[in-house]
Amino acid sequence: MREGLSLVVVLAVLILGFGLMSDSFLSSASFSIIANQLPTALTLAVAMTFVLVVGEIDLSIGSVLAVSQAVLGVTMAQLGWSWPWAIGAALATGLLAGMVNGAVVVRWQLPSFIVTLGMMEAARGGAYLVTDSRTQYIGTDIEWIAEASLLGLSAPFLCAVLLVLAAQTVLSRTVFGRYATAIGTNLEAVRLAGINTNRVKLTIFAMSGLLAGLAGVMQVSRLASADPNAGTGFELNAIAAAVIGGTRLMGGKGSIINTFYGVVIMGVLATGLTQIGAQDPTKRLVTGCVIVLAVTADFYRERWSNARGLAKTGASS
Amino acid sequence: MNDGRRLFVARGIRKSYEVPVLLGVDMDIQAGEFHGLIGENGAGKSTLVNIISGLTGVSGGTMTLAGQPLHPATRGEASDHGIRTVLQELTAVDTLTVGESIFIDALPHRWGWLKRDDLARDARPLLDNLGLTDLDPDQPMSSLGIGQKQMVEVAAALSQPCTLLILDEPTAALTDADAEKLFAALARLQRDGTAILYISHRLDEIRRLADRVTVLRDGTSVASKPTSALSTDDMIKLMVGRAVSEEVTRETPPTDKLALRVRNLRSAPAVRNVSFDVRWGEILGFAGLVGAGRTETMRAIYGADTPQAGDVFLGDDDTPTPVGSPQQAVEHGMAYLSEDRRHQGVLGHLSVRINMSLASLRRLAGKMGWVDHTAEHAATDRLIRRLGVKCASPDQPIERLSGGNQQKVLIARWLLREPRILIVDEPTRGIDPGARAEVHRLLAQLADAGCAVLLVSSDLRELTALSDRIAVLSKGKLVDTFEREAFDAERIMAAAFREHVGTDHQAERPAH
Repeated sequence: MREGLSLVVVLAVLILGFGLMSDSFLSSASFSIIANQLPTALTLAVAMTFVLVVGEIDLSIGSVLAVSQAVLGVTMAQLGWSWPWAIGAALATGLLAGMVNGAVVVRWQLPSFIVTLGMMEAARGGAYLVTDSRTQYIGTDIEWIAEASLLGLSAPFLCAVLLVLAAQTVLSRTVFGRYATAIGTNLEAVRLAGINTNRVKLTIFAMSGLLAGLAGVMQVSRLASADPNAGTGFELNAIAAAVIGGTRLMGGKGSIINTFYGVVIMGVLATGLTQIGAQDPTKRLVTGCVIVLAVTADFYRERWSNARGLAKTGASS
Repeated sequence: MNDGRRLFVARGIRKSYEVPVLLGVDMDIQAGEFHGLIGENGAGKSTLVNIISGLTGVSGGTMTLAGQPLHPATRGEASDHGIRTVLQELTAVDTLTVGESIFIDALPHRWGWLKRDDLARDARPLLDNLGLTDLDPDQPMSSLGIGQKQMVEVAAALSQPCTLLILDEPTAALTDADAEKLFAALARLQRDGTAILYISHRLDEIRRLADRVTVLRDGTSVASKPTSALSTDDMIKLMVGRAVSEEVTRETPPTDKLALRVRNLRSAPAVRNVSFDVRWGEILGFAGLVGAGRTETMRAIYGADTPQAGDVFLGDDDTPTPVGSPQQAVEHGMAYLSEDRRHQGVLGHLSVRINMSLASLRRLAGKMGWVDHTAEHAATDRLIRRLGVKCASPDQPIERLSGGNQQKVLIARWLLREPRILIVDEPTRGIDPGARAEVHRLLAQLADAGCAVLLVSSDLRELTALSDRIAVLSKGKLVDTFEREAFDAERIMAAAFREHVGTDHQAERPAH
């Protein structure tokens, strides 16, 4: 809880800071920019948090996003499929890629870093093959999804928020979530306790692929086109958001709500820096520093709260 | 031996983590003295060792070494003062060589390039001194058994000049023969004027080796006396504040119905041919030397490793039951308590509660896989009380508990699951006499209730006190089985050596 609070404080400071530095930042325009980018980034970061909690990593989500949207673009723009079938095909593509990742990792006990690095290249190649390396323009047949709104919020935005709530519940309230956390802490102990650890890992990799496909659909619906170059570097942003939210890279600890704050912090930072006139090199430099600062601060916050807990019990006993 | 010069003095040492662990410890160690430190798990022995060797700070109190104030901030600083430590948990790095492990804190180098020849040359006498003549400084640590790794850690502690050597449970993983080599080396050190602070739950070792003994109970030093003034019973009374009986009483004799039959089990390289029967309500002990294949046998039965050959029959079934994974084993009512608590048991930074409910989560969950927190809390609270687990709260990370209390949590993990066949591997290794008696009582209760128990132990007293029968493994073969009325330590040990007779002793394989 306290961890979430400190992330909210960081977020408030960032928003206030940019508000003071730029006249236009505290406007509905910049918030809608952030809100538009949010669904894709959030969906990928949720997937990444699960993978990290179980002590693995998935570097392929950016490329899987690209190949999923390539399938969506080609089936709609060239084959003339209707949107439900095309979206189904895109999601199935993501799911398949995730299942392959998971199956290879658990069957041959290979490091997921290498396996998903391979998938990152393979899926990117697949995206180029499917689209013949050309951007697929779909137009209004898909655009309506991003425009559909409830109380001024787009469908992808609502979808991503629901996803965060559902994922947080799964992680903190279900047997599956408990197993994931336990596996990330000590795989062998969990296996010897009679739990099918392979199934848990496989499910998480499959889910990661499926969510990457979903993120691809969200992005296509916003841009009305499918670009085989889409999603480059998104996996690193997802890792950064999860880590800012306090997820342990070694596994065994993570919170979807805090990952949500991590994504919003990254979004505010990117938009805010643009608004105060920073160029891309500066933006990347600042973003890099913020990621490292956030993790360092997390380290000290944990030590500090441990020390305080100690003082409290000491006084009460 | 004792020239009466005070080397190390501690006064009123206090330390608190979440809860106070040390409430005021006084200790004097004379130069060249062999000083025993005993106490129950959770009494604060390891914390005291960590403070003296610079691994953690103090909350209060003073220490002096040779009259100078001592407050080491790191292990390196303590080492500069001549304080060297062999810690309880193995810290071996498998990818290093034996030589590199010994000189890990002072590798000989020129401009950063490792001087391999110097390393081998300097490591040799240290190894020989501990009787490790068959170890090569260039061989990787991964090729060593757990006992040999422990000995290499002792060699590492002795690689630098040392006025006070601290050993925390050094013999927990050693065979008797290795332990004797260690004792001989310690006697030589002591003759040269090195003071030794020796922590052990094996009171017979303390009685035999120590000049004086300090007893810790609940974070305070309750006595510091010459060993000759204390009987073993006195020591136990001082440690637990009451008398503890080693006797285990069984209410119900084993039934004659078969619970488990194992036939011609082979699991390369450690298990060559093992067959046995266990009945409901029976405790079957497994004796053997380190590397006899007892752990590997249990892992194969439990499905943790895949055996090459052999059949496992459950109950009086005539067809074998394939057990391909721990998951299947647990579904058949089996449970396995590993000898390696840290790597194969505890979920370090997760809470006592989560650790305890792990194997029974599905039963504690409602439909759709929701964890039923009310049921989970009720079940774990009940077991914490029943087993007397000492923890600040059920939400405390298990890694903050003492070894004995961690073990109780892991036993509770299986009690909650209500197994019918329980496999326990070294269940009381490194835990104190009080907790040990409680574990023994629990195992007896489980057998009384009809559970079949497979008990692997290197402690013959434990085996003979608890078992209905004892099976002896020697180099991967089950060579003999003793009925309770025929238990005889000498004959059991003779059986354990049977497959070694006439062969090169070095062929004894490490346990891991």
